[in-house]
Amino acid sequence: MSKCSVGLIALSSLFLSGAAIAQEKIKVGVTATLEGTYTVLGEDGMRGHQTALNVLGKKVGDKELEFIVASTDATPDSAVRAVRKLIEQDKVQILLSPLSGDEGIAVKNFAKTHPELTFINAASGAQETTYVDPAPNFFRYNMDGAQWQVGLGKYAYDTKGYRKIATVGEDYSFIYTQVFGLVLEFCGQGGQVTNRQWVPLGTKDFASVIAALPDDVDAIYLGLGGADAVNFLNQYQQAGGKAHLMGGSIMIDQTILSSKGNAKNALIGTIAASGQADTWEDPGWQKFVKAYQDAFPPNKRFPSPSLLATNYYGSTMALILALREVNGDLSDNQSKFKAALAKIELDAPNGKIKLDSNRQAIGTNFVTEVVDDGKGALFSKVVKVIPNVNQTLGYDPAVFAKIGLPSRTVPECKKY
Amino acid sequence: MSLAHDARVAVRPTAAAQRPAQAWPEINNPAAWIVAAILLIMPLIANGFFLIEIFATTLILGTIALSLMFLAGYGGMVSLMQLTIAGFAAYMVAVFGTSDNANISLGWPWWLAVPMAIALATAFGTLGGALAVRTEGIYTIMITLAIGAAFYYFTNQNWAIFNGHTGINNVATPHFWGVNWRADIPFYYIVLAVAALCYLAVEYISRAPFGLALQGVRDNPRRMAALGFNVNAHRVAAYAFASFVAALAGVLQVWNYRQISPGSVSVGACIDVLIIAVVGGITRPIGPFIGALIFVLLRTFALDFLVKLGLDGNRFRLLIGLGFLAIVFWSSDGVIGLWQRWRQSQRSNANRSGGGRGHG
Repeated sequence: MSKCSVGLIALSSLFLSGAAIAQEKIKVGVTATLEGTYTVLGEDGMRGHQTALNVLGKKVGDKELEFIVASTDATPDSAVRAVRKLIEQDKVQILLSPLSGDEGIAVKNFAKTHPELTFINAASGAQETTYVDPAPNFFRYNMDGAQWQVGLGKYAYDTKGYRKIATVGEDYSFIYTQVFGLVLEFCGQGGQVTNRQWVPLGTKDFASVIAALPDDVDAIYLGLGGADAVNFLNQYQQAGGKAHLMGGSIMIDQTILSSKGNAKNALIGTIAASGQADTWEDPGWQKFVKAYQDAFPPNKRFPSPSLLATNYYGSTMALILALREVNGDLSDNQSKFKAALAKIELDAPNGKIKLDSNRQAIGTNFVTEVVDDGKGALFSKVVKVIPNVNQTLGYDPAVFAKIGLPSRTVPECKKY
Repeated sequence: MSLAHDARVAVRPTAAAQRPAQAWPEINNPAAWIVAAILLIMPLIANGFFLIEIFATTLILGTIALSLMFLAGYGGMVSLMQLTIAGFAAYMVAVFGTSDNANISLGWPWWLAVPMAIALATAFGTLGGALAVRTEGIYTIMITLAIGAAFYYFTNQNWAIFNGHTGINNVATPHFWGVNWRADIPFYYIVLAVAALCYLAVEYISRAPFGLALQGVRDNPRRMAALGFNVNAHRVAAYAFASFVAALAGVLQVWNYRQISPGSVSVGACIDVLIIAVVGGITRPIGPFIGALIFVLLRTFALDFLVKLGLDGNRFRLLIGLGFLAIVFWSSDGVIGLWQRWRQSQRSNANRSGGGRGHG
């Protein structure tokens, strides 16, 4: 028994050091997936965040921003634990969190228990987060997974002539949302989705999935990310797979396109849609790519920023610009700051972004095709740019509500 | 300590039952009173974060590990499914109680949902135990790990009851007598009370006839069988008790985070419970709580610590691993063993009977 007391007494010294709070700083907590399947995505997200700080600076009036980072592993429990630590121990006033879909749903629910604080979504893209029972203090400056698929179904049907496709996706909310966006548009055009396979996040062995892929389809849609996507591509190539591929937003992304080995070459020619395109000629995008490339040595970054870097850049930008607008005034439960956040229109690298009444981004989407730059590096080339994509994907809100929430089987493959 | 238990068992098996003072050695131990007092006044010392994220979490994880310690230390059965049982109870609270997922949760009041959850989780653990008692040693570990892994994958992919990878959010916590029992201080006292009860129950059972027989089964099942004890029944009963303890902790866990999702019952988390028990020491009930404290501190502060030293924060898992490796390397029976060895060297060979010895 007595050994416990020694530990406790030693601990009490910890409280004292933990209690000190600096006054002239605004504390911001940041979470990223620095563990697990999505580690690479989390690391590049943090690079995007750092790039934003390099470009915009950390000063707001006479106050200085202080950022505290916590790690998660793409599971909702790890996100809630990290956010609680940041709020309760580090006393952050604003959160830039989280990265992944289910984390977003959990953090949005958690945000309701702290109405006095402000939560800015870092990169998560599940539809439910801002569409169902949104939290008034949760702001999202990136589009959701369905918005990121706008344009893909039409392009696949009209230009590529695909009529029947099958999907393989990770079994969680963000990919449901992506497949939701794809199926709505592709089936709306008259296409068929014959088979939807779902694999658990963190799957390593795809042998049974690959064996079950139908071969009477025109293309296979891949909604995978991080280590899962690389594992799938390796095994798919070894199995001799040759089908046309279509990709989700984190599948056709620098996190996969610049992975080691040549399995990624299976992706050349793959069509995809996302909130960004690597080779877009817009000067704002090119400036961002340059800032990203200048901020890190070539072996510590991707050739071009990933979607996660762009999202973290955008959310950090919204945070700093809105804070500057109110001159760092966080009084009255941050009400002025929240109002500024709701109103702000971002001139983000990936196009203009404004928020709707659910505090969800309305932005620009890109249909892309994977190309080899001739030196072995893969990039996504712009095929089509679609501005002003809203959360109901252009549907009337009442019709959209009838479709139901994204899940394994929703939406049905039909014209709504 | 286990040697001391065994020695007493061999010489005077009924002594403990006849003399209550000896059944509760803590009563004469001033350190125990100091710890109890510190734990009771903890809300005065610690702020919300330390109170809940460190101490309440330590007590909850410690209680789950305590159920493993009971099985492994007294029953000689290393069960990796204790966290799964706790997670099952947590899910059942979410399913029978109230949460944001109205299509899943049945909306029962907490005083119905919680006993139901505990009863189901205890039944689940007992069934798992009934399967596992037919095996020994590494096969028990394999079976219980298989149950844990199966449960994890099931929750991850079942949307009808467990809501898949998203899990169940905003689980309601009890409000009654005008108190919000999830507010930091009341919740801390609930957790403390449950942990203390479980601790005392394990202490008591280890000295009660059932516990003594269980230790007999651990040390020599064939002799116990020859003496007329039903070996398997004792083991299954031990699983039932341990499952009950784990289920209590599971209820507290879901109240703590107000959400439950498959990440909480992953295989990694199951093994964390084993690490906690081994690092703390599985020879005495206090071991798991010490192990849990070390685990929670490392998990929470390793990243900050590395960043403060100016190192790459991404390597914080390495620091956690090295910490555990160091403890296990220098003491095969955990922190308890280190402490006991230190005490013995202080006592200059006067009494060597308390020497640490690990099981499993």
